[in-house]
Amino acid sequence: MNSALLSTRGLTCRFGGLTAVDRVDFDVRPGQVHAILGPNGAGKSTLINLLSGELRPSEGEIHYRQRPIHGLPAHRVARLGIGRSHQKTNIFPRLSCLENCRLAARIHLGGVIASWRSRATARQVDERAEQALATCQLSHRAATPANAMSYGEQRQLQIAMVLATAPTLMLLDEPLAGMGREETARVTELLGALRGDYTLVLIEHDMDSVFALAERITVMVDGRVLETGTTDTIRGSSKVRDVYLGRHQQEEA
Amino acid sequence: MLHRYPKRVPIMMLTLTAILVLYPLWGAALIGDGSEFFLEKLTLMLILGLFAMSLDLLVGVIGLVSLGHALFFGLAGYTLAMASPSYSAASLWWMMPLVMLVSALSALVIGALVLRTRGIFFIMTTLAFGQMLYYLVSDASFTGGSDGLFIMFKPTLAIGDLTLIDLENPLHFFYFVMGVTLLAYLFLHWLIRSYFGQVLDGIHDNEHRMQALGYATYGYKLAAFVISGVLAGVAGMLAAMQYGFANPAQLGWHLSGEVLMMVILGGMGTLFGPLLGAFAYELLHYAFEHLTVYWQLLMGLTIILIVLVLPKGLAGLILDPPRFRLPGAGMKGLFRSGPAALFKARLGPALPHEHDEGRHYE
Repeated sequence: MNSALLSTRGLTCRFGGLTAVDRVDFDVRPGQVHAILGPNGAGKSTLINLLSGELRPSEGEIHYRQRPIHGLPAHRVARLGIGRSHQKTNIFPRLSCLENCRLAARIHLGGVIASWRSRATARQVDERAEQALATCQLSHRAATPANAMSYGEQRQLQIAMVLATAPTLMLLDEPLAGMGREETARVTELLGALRGDYTLVLIEHDMDSVFALAERITVMVDGRVLETGTTDTIRGSSKVRDVYLGRHQQEEA
Repeated sequence: MLHRYPKRVPIMMLTLTAILVLYPLWGAALIGDGSEFFLEKLTLMLILGLFAMSLDLLVGVIGLVSLGHALFFGLAGYTLAMASPSYSAASLWWMMPLVMLVSALSALVIGALVLRTRGIFFIMTTLAFGQMLYYLVSDASFTGGSDGLFIMFKPTLAIGDLTLIDLENPLHFFYFVMGVTLLAYLFLHWLIRSYFGQVLDGIHDNEHRMQALGYATYGYKLAAFVISGVLAGVAGMLAAMQYGFANPAQLGWHLSGEVLMMVILGGMGTLFGPLLGAFAYELLHYAFEHLTVYWQLLMGLTIILIVLVLPKGLAGLILDPPRFRLPGAGMKGLFRSGPAALFKARLGPALPHEHDEGRHYE
């Protein structure tokens, strides 16, 4: 089709009478940080859920590395190297940070049986989990149960778990949601460090972070793509200003 | 860290095991004439403990509440009764694998269907399968209808002509059951700490997230369902050997409910808890039965009280021993805040975490 790592054509998702995602064409280029913007209810999370296989599209296609993946269950999509984090904190509360990451790493290193069979694989799982924690600056928390950590740290752990799956493409649904200013800065920096090594699709409301991180931005309104382009294009787009940023400013005025 | 317990747990379990092993030394002296009868009760408690542990793998570890677990228990009894020759004893060498195979296959088929449902629907479908088999064996002639089937001879455990353990001897049978239960405990203990067990913990906490990580959770749940069914089958076979018959009551929903109560009473997800729960349940049952014909009323009230005071069951009592420090200063504080403070003081550490709420019904 094109050089895109992931692309959708005519992607549509309906819930009864509501069309949450409406004929979306969306391309993610390898190695880029691609942000999705839009007001609440624009269909951003639904789009991510479609990409990750957690929802099935009503119509349309999703291609990953030129291969169709629409209709695959979530675990198959994840195994292809598409990792995701959720808007709501989604960790295993009773397990320690390291165990959370091990669980994430293990299924991508041959699963339970491979770790059972081979010490070397089990060690590889440990290493990858520790590395993911280190990248997210959580090494000192390795043995802490996830439910004993602060909210911000839990959000960081969530990113660490995605990293531990060694994904090619990361789908991050509002990784900064509910964070304080200091935590936002720290995680923005962390995400910036991942740029280049991974392809990122990012839903985020924090404009400063979005414009600092993203190379391309897609603006969605009412389930449709309003505009896609580089950060400068989006900044300069009159359509976006009118419909999204404009409305925002009017509300403030 | 999950499923890792303080030292007092293994010490307590070893002590209890030692007390049971030494029963011949103290049984007759302490109980006198009833010691033979009590030995059979203890054997039954061990069997039910094994049964409760098998259910705990589903209910406590994965969070799948089954109301049809007696199906595997009873089916194994019928398998034993129907496969045993009429006028001689079967050999346990092939009977045990046969029972395990039948249990595994039925668990595989039933699990494949019921695991497609969740929450309340899982409870209902397991109940439905249990009742289906219950009415089938109650009405069919080849299963002896509501009378069930008799097992004239217990299977033998022998090499050639050499009898290893004489299962007709109650004491030998007791030791045999104890060995099987102990093996099952060690196996499950290892299993829930293994990589496989960690996946089950993950499914318990957040199945959706497990799938998003790449785990095909259905397969893991099915594997656990089969393991659980096989162990329940072994328990059911031992029970049928003990009773000397297979009866529809051994696979009815009453028993499914009772074993669930044993698990809850003992403490879900702790393995040693449900084992203790089975003993506690049977002891209470026995005591109340002798007290009044309305024993079920007492039983129900006791269970409600225990669930209220010990939300994590007997295991919670051991893992988080109650602290008898009262709010306020000693007795004065008690009078000021009423007896409720007593309960609150005990409840404190045992209250479930916020993440525990309602997770079985997600």
